Amino acid sequence: MTEALQTHYKINPASNETGYKSYEAGSFKFTRDEYFVSIVWPKGAHTMAADGFMRAMMRTVAWGFFYGTLSYDPVFGTTNHYGIVDMFAGTYHPVFKENGRDHLEKFKAEDLLELFRDLVDDWTNEGYDPFAAPGEDDAGQPWGRKNGNNADAVTRIRVTANRMVGLPGDAEIRTDANGFPQNRMFADVSSDQPLVEAEPGFEDEVAAFNLYDYLSRSDVTWNPSVCSVVKESLFCPTSEEFILPVEHGNDRCEWFVQLSDEITWEVKDKDTGNPRCRIVMRAGDVACMPADIRHQGYSPKRSMLLVWENASPRIPDMIQSGEAPVIAVQF
Amino acid sequence: MSEYKTVFGGLNDFTPGGVDAIDDNPKNYVFSNVFDVASRSAPYERVAVGKNLEYVMEVLRAEGQSPWYACAHDEFALCMDGEVEIHLVKPEDADGLVDPDSEGAVVLDEAPDGRKMGRIVLRRGHQALLPGGAAYRFEAGAPSVILTQTIQGPATVERWAEICQSESRPAA
Repeated sequence: MTEALQTHYKINPASNETGYKSYEAGSFKFTRDEYFVSIVWPKGAHTMAADGFMRAMMRTVAWGFFYGTLSYDPVFGTTNHYGIVDMFAGTYHPVFKENGRDHLEKFKAEDLLELFRDLVDDWTNEGYDPFAAPGEDDAGQPWGRKNGNNADAVTRIRVTANRMVGLPGDAEIRTDANGFPQNRMFADVSSDQPLVEAEPGFEDEVAAFNLYDYLSRSDVTWNPSVCSVVKESLFCPTSEEFILPVEHGNDRCEWFVQLSDEITWEVKDKDTGNPRCRIVMRAGDVACMPADIRHQGYSPKRSMLLVWENASPRIPDMIQSGEAPVIAVQF
Repeated sequence: MSEYKTVFGGLNDFTPGGVDAIDDNPKNYVFSNVFDVASRSAPYERVAVGKNLEYVMEVLRAEGQSPWYACAHDEFALCMDGEVEIHLVKPEDADGLVDPDSEGAVVLDEAPDGRKMGRIVLRRGHQALLPGGAAYRFEAGAPSVILTQTIQGPATVERWAEICQSESRPAA
């Protein structure tokens, strides 16, 4: 592990052969070809298929490194320390670790994010949408030599309501008219709106919206958006289809409510990756991911998942000191 | 090929999954089902199904008329089954009714004096703001289910051992 904050960032010119730029952050080097992404660090190298890498990198950028660890696969990933980010290879893989092949470097989060934004833009070809599930008609293909861009897809802004979606001046509801048609798998979801009768003077406080309709119109997968806020308690519902592109390693307890359909979660030990359990969540099910695991979800049909977060920045330290629990509730 | 069917579940129509523990205690996942909880609750018990330090999610079986509640901070109500009417009032003496520094919903002994703010009718999937400083009451003609986003308060009921999965249960 290198404790010093890395300051070396470099974007190399496009390859004559593939047309893609290559990237350097600290001593990590990233290149891609028609099918694969290569990651090289001083003590090793790693190869991933371009589709899985791009879906994971897209979430890394869109979520701003999110809470805790984002493992792209058993070898490579990032850990968010909120302002500072670890980038690692093999750190959470017992065999890499035992054989001294692991490597970790620290970066200023905003600087690394800037490099990753450029990478996502350059490595996303025209028509390919890394936010889409591969079965969607407009998902496109990540393969091949450099061929245009898809800036509209990769620069989507993650919705973060200040109080609740639909309130005056807050995040807008989604409609056909503002460019959000229902997804093909949610065509049977009712678009009826709640009855709201506000007395004069209370129009800004007497409010409701159709959350299920809102989610049925999401044009992204595995991208939790803040829809309602009680201080640091965030309801972050999302629409899921295919595979969560990362194994998410929790640095706090994280709750799920399955609003529709079904997701299977594979849960592993955060440090070793050893299996701990398998959870099937169906409509109405509630479960909490402890703070010492990593999890990855599989959604065979597009489903609605309510992700509930406590966004307090103090929680990782509170867990380390024992002030906050690793298991949310003991009974 | 058939059209896609979205499954939402309901008070009389739910099939929970479960935790299949490989090398873990299934209790660690605090697994429950909102419809199962509501099916075993008295009307308007505010049963916690999620807890993250001071914050909670509560399940309410909405049936008939609820007591009046007041809360110093915003809360939210998501209708997960049925139809629920919400009446909102701005109390004349909101701070006297509920300590402005307090957390969680408080049950009021009687309807508060104050201005009517309005009325909301939620059906499945609809979410409403229960604004901080307001008083509110739920009403449901038939058993319905509400999930709240709030902070643990005097009205919150905890009975985790009764509602949560304790043994490993491989889901089919």
